[in-house]
Amino acid sequence: MALYSEKVMDHFRNPRNVGVIEDADGVGEVGNPVCGDIMKIYLKIENDIITDVKFETFGCGSAIASSSMATELIKGKPLSEALALTNKAVTEALDGLPAHKLHCSVLAEEAIKSAVKDYYDKNGIEYDHSQFPEGESCPHCGE
Amino acid sequence: MHIYADNAATTKMSRTAIEAMLPYMDKIYGNPSSLYTIGQEAKEALESARERIAVCLGCTPREITFTSGGSEADNQALLSAAAIGARKGKKHIISTAFEHHAILHTLKKLEKQGFEVELLDVHKNGLVTPEQVANAIREDTCLVTIMYANNEIGTVQPIAEIGAVCREKGVLFHTDAVQAAGHLPIDVVAQNIDMLSLSAHKFHGPKGCGVLYARRGIALTNVIEGGAQERGKRAGTENVPAIMGMAAALEESCDNMDSDNFRLAALRDRLIEGLDQIPYSELNGDREHRLPTNVNFCFEGIEGESLLLLLDDKGISASSGSACTSGSLDPSHVLLAIGRPHEVAHGSLRLTIGPDCDQEQIDYIIRSVEEVVTYLRNMSPFWRDLVTGKRPHVFAK
Repeated sequence: MALYSEKVMDHFRNPRNVGVIEDADGVGEVGNPVCGDIMKIYLKIENDIITDVKFETFGCGSAIASSSMATELIKGKPLSEALALTNKAVTEALDGLPAHKLHCSVLAEEAIKSAVKDYYDKNGIEYDHSQFPEGESCPHCGE
Repeated sequence: MHIYADNAATTKMSRTAIEAMLPYMDKIYGNPSSLYTIGQEAKEALESARERIAVCLGCTPREITFTSGGSEADNQALLSAAAIGARKGKKHIISTAFEHHAILHTLKKLEKQGFEVELLDVHKNGLVTPEQVANAIREDTCLVTIMYANNEIGTVQPIAEIGAVCREKGVLFHTDAVQAAGHLPIDVVAQNIDMLSLSAHKFHGPKGCGVLYARRGIALTNVIEGGAQERGKRAGTENVPAIMGMAAALEESCDNMDSDNFRLAALRDRLIEGLDQIPYSELNGDREHRLPTNVNFCFEGIEGESLLLLLDDKGISASSGSACTSGSLDPSHVLLAIGRPHEVAHGSLRLTIGPDCDQEQIDYIIRSVEEVVTYLRNMSPFWRDLVTGKRPHVFAK
C-alpha cells in the first residue's frame, strides 16, 4: 500500500497548469513558509468564465497534487462553480488523501476562493462576504 | 539505478549476520531456559553472543542486557537511573534538545513524576561541550544522557570527555549509541560510559534486537516484567536468532570500521561538496565532527516530502526532517534545535550512505538532487519570493 493513490502521484509527477499568468485577473495566495506550504493561484477571467488558470505551490506531494487537481476542476468553468468547489471534491477527485494530508485540499479550495475574491475586489464587483471566511485553516499556526 | 541512502533509518542485513541467524531458526531452536540439549545449546550460543558483544564494547558479558532494540534500551536506562536517583533524593537530569524521541519522551514521562530535566543547547553546529555538562551538573543531578552520534545530522559528541566530567562528579552517564555502534569506536571503560544503548539493525544486523550495557553495580529497573531471563531484568524468551545475527554484525562492523570509515568519509565529503554547489543550501551539523556516512542539507524554497518522492522516482531512498514526512505539524526537532527556522527545516534532506556506496552513486545523487531541487523551486511561490527579494534569504549563498 503506497502512501498516495495513483491519481495523487500522477498529478504530483505531472502537475497540470503549473506556472504564472503575468496579466492575471485574480491572484490568490494561502499558506505560509513556516507551516511548509504555500499555494498561489492565478486566474484569467472573461465574462465570469475562468478561461485560464495556473498555480505555483511550495509544499508536499499532496499539496502539489491538490493544486493541480483543483485547477483542472475549475478551468473553463463559471466563477460560481469555482466558488462552490470544496476540499472534499478535490480529495474525491484525487481518489482520497491520507487523513493528515486533508489540509492540502483545504488550502487548494481557499487559494481558489482567495483568487476569485481578488478579482472581485480589483474590479469593484459586489459579492457576499460570507462566501470568503476570514483567515486560513492552518492547524499549525492559525494564521 | 537503485541507491539506498537511508542507512540511518535501517540497514541491509549483512550476509554474515543472516548466516549466523539461520541455524537458530530450524536447528538449534530450543528455548534457552529449557534444560534439554537443544535448549542448552541455544543458551550456550546466547552466552557466546553476549561475550562477543562485550568484547566489542570493552565491558564484561554480565553487563550486557539484550532488549528489543534501541528504544527499549533507552527507556530502561533512563528509568533505571531515575529510580536510583530518586532513592537518593536526586531528581535532576541533564540531556540535550536533539536526542532521539526514545529519550525525550521518556524524559517527559519522568518530568511528570517530579524529575527536573535540563536540556543543553546543542549550538548551531550540533555539538555539546564537556564544559556545558560540567556547568550544568548539580548536587542533585542523577543522570546525564547525551547521544553519541545524532541520527539526523550525524554530529558526534565528545563522549569520552563528557564521560570523564560525569565520572569526576559522580553522576551516572548514559549514551544513546544507536547511530554510533558499529560505526565509531566504543570502549565503555576508557570513555567512562556507565550505560549505553545500541540497536542491531543500524549496523547490518536484524531489526527488533538491541543491547543495554549497564556498568556492574547499576541496578536496572524492569520495563518488561515476567520470567527470569536476563538476570530477571528483562523478561521474555530471548530472540536467539536475532541476537546471534547482532553479534555477528557487530563484530564484522567493528573489524571493518577503520577501512570502511576511511572510504565512506571520502564519499561523504564528495557528496557534501557537490550539494554545496546548489544555491541557497547549507549543510546541517558540524563539518568535521560527523559520522562518515551522514550528509544533511537544507534547501531554501522547497519542501522535503516532494523532494523525497521525486528522488524515489529516480531510485534514491532518502529521508527528510520536514513536517510532512514526520506526520506531525512541526519539522524535525533536531533541525529546530540547531537553530534552523521552520521554513528552512521543511526543506531538509538526509542522505546516509552505506558500504555498497561508490563514487558513481554519489555523482548520480548529486545530479538528481540538483535536478529535483531546481524543478521544485521553479514551481514554488516561496522560491519566487526569495529570488525577487519579497522575502529575505536565510542562507548567504
